[in-house]
Amino acid sequence: MTINFGYSIAKTRVINLDSCDFEKLHKLEKLTPSFKRCMNCGACTATCSAQQFTDFNIRKVKSLFFQGQYTQLEIELNKCMLCGKCTLVCPRGLNLRPIIMNMRKILTAK
Amino acid sequence: MLDYFHPFVLPFVLGTIILVGICIWKYIRWYKKFDRLQRTIIRKNMFSWKIIPAIWEAFCEGLLHLRITRKNPILGYMHRSIAFGWFLLIFVGFIETRMTPASSHPFWMAIFYRFFFHEHGTFAGSMFFTNLMDLLLIYVLSGILLAVIKKIYSRALGMKKATKHVVFDRFAKASLWCIFPFRLLSETLTAAIYGNGGFFTQFLADTFNKIFPAGYADSFEYLSWTLYSIALCVFFVTLPFSRYMHIFTEILLIYFRQLGVHEKNERTGYTMYELSACSRCGICIDHCPLNTELNINNVQSVYFLRDLRYKKNNPQIADNCLLCGRCASDCPVNIDLMAIRQQERNKQNFDTDGNYHYLDTVQPFNGIGRVGYFGGCMSHLTPGIPEAMKAIFEAAHERYWYIDENRTICCGRPLLQQGYNQQAADLRRKVTEIIKKSKITMLITSCPICYQSFKKEYKLPIPVVHHTEYIAKLIETGRISVRQDDLKTVYHDPCELGRGCGIYKEPRQILKATTHTVKAKQEGEDSVCCGITLGDTLIDIEQQTKIRDAAIENLMYKKPDVIATACPMCKKAFCHATTLQVKDIAEIVKENLR
Repeated sequence: MTINFGYSIAKTRVINLDSCDFEKLHKLEKLTPSFKRCMNCGACTATCSAQQFTDFNIRKVKSLFFQGQYTQLEIELNKCMLCGKCTLVCPRGLNLRPIIMNMRKILTAK
Repeated sequence: MLDYFHPFVLPFVLGTIILVGICIWKYIRWYKKFDRLQRTIIRKNMFSWKIIPAIWEAFCEGLLHLRITRKNPILGYMHRSIAFGWFLLIFVGFIETRMTPASSHPFWMAIFYRFFFHEHGTFAGSMFFTNLMDLLLIYVLSGILLAVIKKIYSRALGMKKATKHVVFDRFAKASLWCIFPFRLLSETLTAAIYGNGGFFTQFLADTFNKIFPAGYADSFEYLSWTLYSIALCVFFVTLPFSRYMHIFTEILLIYFRQLGVHEKNERTGYTMYELSACSRCGICIDHCPLNTELNINNVQSVYFLRDLRYKKNNPQIADNCLLCGRCASDCPVNIDLMAIRQQERNKQNFDTDGNYHYLDTVQPFNGIGRVGYFGGCMSHLTPGIPEAMKAIFEAAHERYWYIDENRTICCGRPLLQQGYNQQAADLRRKVTEIIKKSKITMLITSCPICYQSFKKEYKLPIPVVHHTEYIAKLIETGRISVRQDDLKTVYHDPCELGRGCGIYKEPRQILKATTHTVKAKQEGEDSVCCGITLGDTLIDIEQQTKIRDAAIENLMYKKPDVIATACPMCKKAFCHATTLQVKDIAEIVKENLR
């Protein structure tokens, strides 16, 4: 049954979670379990060195990864300089630097 | 030649031939794997004066084991007595053989000398040689005794943990331990029959004759010499595949190193020599923070090298390391452990082109006549350090440019440590461009990680100094004057600055001028890593804090008031974990500026 709300979402903005492939996410959670602890506070993004130059946004990358949206993430992640500031400021003690490295690894692996 | 032959000699002769053959084959194969530059260095210096220090070092380390002795005298004695004692047994035995008038001198004669010559006085001074050989045998046996004690209770020799060996090593070790007791037994039995022993063997032989009826010695003599020969054979055959390969490899390694060969980014033949030069003594285990604090027991350098050598490498082992360099500073063979670990890391990660075009947007700066100050990423989390540096620059009337004041730029070393060589090189190119364009006269950095990177990986045309070096110079030349406060300060050596770049003196000079220094339990080359490191990506924050707490405990040894350090990361690590003040050296200097 289709309900008519009187408005709809633009097709390009729709993320159908049922058809997403979460295999990569599960792989990442297995490699770095602390990934699950993230509360999306954005401290990492605020301190990020690459963020000061570009629109690189770890929180966004993380959210996209979480939703199974992997397109273009690989190139985006290469902007990271792995300086590790995010890991030091994280209030939840996420091992963020390895998380980014593992994201890169998982995305590059064919 | 057959005058001095007996069938029991055969195992020994066979073992020796196999040993020499395998060693030569292995060494030639590894030499072929050297890269072109390394081979050119060797060919150029092969017969230069550099041989002399090489021979000296080979003597001091291969035989006398001076580096181990300095760290632990009893352990040093154990290694020295076995290595140097055995060498002397062979060497003196060889002279004794040569001086004995005989129709021929086959090479096994020195090993089984007492069996072939039954009389004293075959040449002038032969009695002296007989007693000397007895003495040397006692010397070696004392070492073997210590080795047995170490096996049963390693703490007796000052080692908390001994290496866990593979089956092959245990086999070789057992045969090594058998060789000398069998030699003693054989010489005693022969002396019991013919009376040709020295002061020790003859004493044992006389006791033997008193206890056992005549004829016993005759029936066991031949068996004993055979067992001695077989023990030698087993040891020689297992040697090239076990840890005892280090005996010969270490000498060659020292030779190559003295000629000027270094590790490369990828594995070469030189690495093969280094892998085999590891004697698995296990000295690296005891001070590894992963072992002492976290009880992780399979990643230490000894196991890492062993797994590489037997091609059983697990990538997790290369990654699970703080890169603090403590094992490398402890290693008695001076193997370049950090470089080998780096090589393995280089292999693992997918290295792609970096995406650092955004650094092109950094505005060029006209820095003619100014020094450049590079705070480093981490100093943005400890803003007190750049603030203090600014105050010091002003006090010294130095014109400076704070390169990364508004936007942090990474030096590329964190990428490099994880094996992203290409991306790191890309980043380095960008940063080099920024620095070169500005035409600054000197680069001062607050972060030891950046310092090591700028010093070793960048090829900058200007001098690179760490801020402690710079401040020490300022105080020395009188450009700033400081007063001394009455706080007790302990200095924590950052790994990258101390063991990484060898800067121990300058920070202490500054602290001496500005405050009262007290010692930490372990410092200088033996300092303990703060734990909050970029090197290890496998341990999590809880484990890192355990290592940090151990480092703080080490610093609290003399109950200081202030913990001083010269690295923003170490400062960041300590400041939340202790009630003491944690300050960077720059901050202490700023507070005490006159």
